[in-house]
Amino acid sequence: MEAAKALADLVEISSQIESAVLADGDGGVLGSTFAAEERAQAVAREARELLQGAAGAAGDPVQIQVAFFEGCVFVVRDGERVVAAVTGREPTAGLVFYDLKTCLRLSGAEQEEKNKAVSGTRRRKKKDEEEAAGDEA
Amino acid sequence: MKRRLAALIVAVGSVAGAAALWRRRSGAGKDRVDVYFADGSMVTFAEGSDEAARLFPIARRILSQARS
Repeated sequence: MEAAKALADLVEISSQIESAVLADGDGGVLGSTFAAEERAQAVAREARELLQGAAGAAGDPVQIQVAFFEGCVFVVRDGERVVAAVTGREPTAGLVFYDLKTCLRLSGAEQEEKNKAVSGTRRRKKKDEEEAAGDEA
Repeated sequence: MKRRLAALIVAVGSVAGAAALWRRRSGAGKDRVDVYFADGSMVTFAEGSDEAARLFPIARRILSQARS
């Protein structure tokens, strides 16, 4: 599933999530519910900063919830990819985390398929080159 | 006399109940950071802690970016 589709499903399924951003390990935005790309990039950057800031003796965090009176910020990490979301006041944290992890899993499956397709193409290309070199010899 | 005493008890009970409810609700809404790790452990940083002081501004920037 595409990142944009996974995020659209996320916002549709979870009425508590107002907006969300999905980012890769390089800090690039894979998809977001924001109209403006700059805002999506800013939120993705701050989400990574939040994860780094929360890292401590217990290791790197996999998920964070910051609760304020006016709303909550959720960040979930799956390997290199990160999804960040904003909700209203006092959301059901367990449900939000579950929905964010589902979004990461669904979009990750698509990414894996793409990676497999790319590595398969590379393997075929390398094999063709080896065969061609063998024919010339 | 008995009616007045009963009314007084009901009034005092209502005020005490309302105060307890207000304390509970206001306590539940306090700003905090919940951090979850891969091993299943979780730590909460409440308002006033060093970690919260470091993480709150970042999270507030996310909130303001998302809602601007």
